[in-house]
Order: sequence, then C-alpha cells, then structure tokens
Amino acid sequence: MDNGTLFLDTFFKPELIVRYLPDILNGMAVTVEIAVLMVIAGISFGLALALVRSLRSRLVNISIVIFVDVARALPPLVLVLIVYFGLPNVGILLPSYVVLWLVLSLILAAFAEEIFWAGILSVREGQWEAARSTGLTYSQTLLHVILPQAVRLTIPPLTNRTIAITKNTALGTVIGVPEILNQATTAESFSFNATPLMMGAIAYLLLFVPVVAAGRYIETRFAWRRA
Amino acid sequence: MDAIIRQFFNIDIMVQAAPLIFRGLGMTLLVCAAVVPLGLAGGLMVALAGRAHARGIRFIVALLIDIFRAVPPLVLLIFVHAGLPFAGLRLSPFASVCVAFFLNNSAYYGEIYRAGLDSVGAGQREAARSTGLTAWQAMAYVVIPQAVRNVLPDLVSNTVEVVKLTSLASVVALPEMLYSADMARSLTYNSSPIVLAALVYLALLWPVVRMMSRLEHRLGG
Repeated sequence: MDNGTLFLDTFFKPELIVRYLPDILNGMAVTVEIAVLMVIAGISFGLALALVRSLRSRLVNISIVIFVDVARALPPLVLVLIVYFGLPNVGILLPSYVVLWLVLSLILAAFAEEIFWAGILSVREGQWEAARSTGLTYSQTLLHVILPQAVRLTIPPLTNRTIAITKNTALGTVIGVPEILNQATTAESFSFNATPLMMGAIAYLLLFVPVVAAGRYIETRFAWRRA
Repeated sequence: MDAIIRQFFNIDIMVQAAPLIFRGLGMTLLVCAAVVPLGLAGGLMVALAGRAHARGIRFIVALLIDIFRAVPPLVLLIFVHAGLPFAGLRLSPFASVCVAFFLNNSAYYGEIYRAGLDSVGAGQREAARSTGLTAWQAMAYVVIPQAVRNVLPDLVSNTVEVVKLTSLASVVALPEMLYSADMARSLTYNSSPIVLAALVYLALLWPVVRMMSRLEHRLGG
C-alpha cells in the first residue's frame, strides 16, 4: 500500500464515513442546540448582571465582581467536573447536557457582564446628565440612551468571547454528552480507525469557520475604539 | 448545608489529596512553561508570515488561522493524541499537548500580534529604514517592540486562557493538576480534591484577572 492509500485508509475510509455519518450529524445537532441555548442564557444573564451593577449597590456589586472573577479565573473543565460529580452527592441530579449548558452559560455570563459593564462605563458622563436633565428617569436613560451606545462598543469583544466559549461544548465529551467529539471518539474506538475523528474535526470546521469569519468581519465593522 | 460542606469542602480529604495535587501543580507549571513560549513564538511567526509580500503565503496563513481558531482545542488535542497513532505517529501525552496547543495558541496569539503590528504607523518602519537599518532590524528593534506594547493587555489575557487550557491535558492522562485532583475524587467519592485544585487555579489566576479587569475599564473609559 503506498502512502496516499494509507493516508486515505486512515483518515478518510469511505465505508466508515458512510457508517458513522448519522452519528456525527446527531452530534452536530446536539452541539448546535447546546450552543444556541448557552449563548441566549449567558448573554441575557450577563446583561442583567451589568444592569444590576449599574445601580451601584455596594454589597450586590461585590458579589457580582466575585462571581465574575471566579468564573473568569477557573478552567471550564474544573467547573464542569465539580458540578457534574458534586451535585448528585448533595441530592441534586442533573442530566449531563444540563450541567454542560449551565456551567458554560454561567462562564459566558461572567465574561459578558465584564464586557457590557466596560461598555456602560465607556459612555461619557455627559450623556447621563443630558438625558436625566431632559426629564428621562434613570431606567429610561439606561435603556434608551446609554445601552444603545454601550452595546455597539461591546459587539466585537463579545462576539469573540462568545465564539471561544461556544467551542467549549466539546468538553461535554468528558461527562458523556453525545455531542460531536463524543460521537467521534466513540466511533473511533469501535472502528479502530481515525476516520471518525477526522469527520468530527470537519464537522467543527463546517460549524465554526463561518462563525469565526463572521466574527472577524464584525470586528472590523464595529472597531472597538480604545483611548 | 452540612452535606454540601462534607461534599465540597472536606478538610480531611483535602489534606490527604494535597500532596498529589501539588505534584500535579508542578506538571501544570511545566506544561505552561512549554506551551506559553511556544505559542508566543509561533504567534509572532504567524503574524509576520501574514504580512508577506506573496499573496499565496498570506492566503495560506489566513486559512490556517481560521482553521485552528475554529476547531476546539480539545478536539485538536484528541486528534493529535488518538488520531495520529493510526498514521504511525505516536506522541507522549506531554508532546501531544505541546503540539496541539502550539497549533491552537499560535493562531490566537498570531491574531493579537497582527492587531499590534497594524497599530504601528508605516512611518515608523520607513523612518527606521531611512536611517540605514535593514528590513529585519527595523522590524525587530522598532516595529515589534511598539506592537507588543500596544497589545500587551490582550497578550496577558490570552496567556490566562492558555493556563486554563492546560487543564484539558487531563483528558489525555497527563498527570497535571486537574488529572491528579480527579483521580483523588474518584478514589474518595468526594469533590473536595477538585475544589482544592480550583482554589489553586484561583490563587494563580485571580490576581491577573483582577488586574486585567481594572485595565479594561480604564481603556474602555
């Protein structure tokens, strides 16, 4: 067997591609589902935290900062393992995909809160004063004047961070969530061939290359101006 | 409440697991010492290659960056560790981690350096060249130092991500901190060892995270 055939037989074996394609496609569906739910939950919770923080209640803000710092400093896999193996022993049983969704949502919320908060701070004080002096209430000012300006600034860093955290759905394989990587490694150990792993990698490329390219476009489109 | 303390903050179990976890910390630091410089150097090469005159090279670099940014690091790691042996290339867990993270981190650091190089005005290079410096000297002594200073916060923030990334090495059985903690967890049926590892990660990274967040708020303002 020459090198070319050996390469194809190791990474692109046609019978295996046909046999495991349905599994990989199922994995893609699971990955997309968890990713979408995680992005929705994480960004809304992060925005909510940033809005609460803008009320500047000291005790509340200290708890928010601690939550955000801890979620930013800990490796996601550490949190996944603590929640997945720890909670059943204190009587809370969650399915593995809920654990994955919950942990990643909390991490995204922490990063999103930081980014939204930096955005809110970056809107000049005069905007607040002008809006309040025209008779808008605090929440009207926040909603109609500050947020629209802040959100625009936050889009590029938020997009990049969201993409990076979305890729952590692959960690689900460690706790048995049937997403792409899990399907691929299972198929690899059954077939004793690297083709399923290659299929898994290609599945990720199909899902994420467009997202990465879009992120790059957004980054240039809404350039995050720094002082 | 009592159950939670027994399950997550059991001091006896933490004391028992501590030697194992601190040995793991040594391996985590060793991995960082290999992976961070590799990524910083690889990223700089990627960023410089991305500015090559030849259009073909620029295209290939952009393609590789997008590919390695699109594939989750864990997928890359498992591909290197479990896939390449089928092609006759069997790497130790440590080498697999280095190769996989080199590819991933070079792409991320590369994007940061690229932004940094873009932020240095063309006049700097032209002025340096006109004083008689060669193209490489102008790059090395004039452009790159300014570029790095401009993106230092992003480089630091990405390095925090790289340190967190090393925990993935536990999946390929490299005995770093999370692997050791998880082993202690499965022996004791108790999560306290992982909580202890989490506390060590916090001690390492919290100061940096705090500093970054102050820096970000200042820059945002």
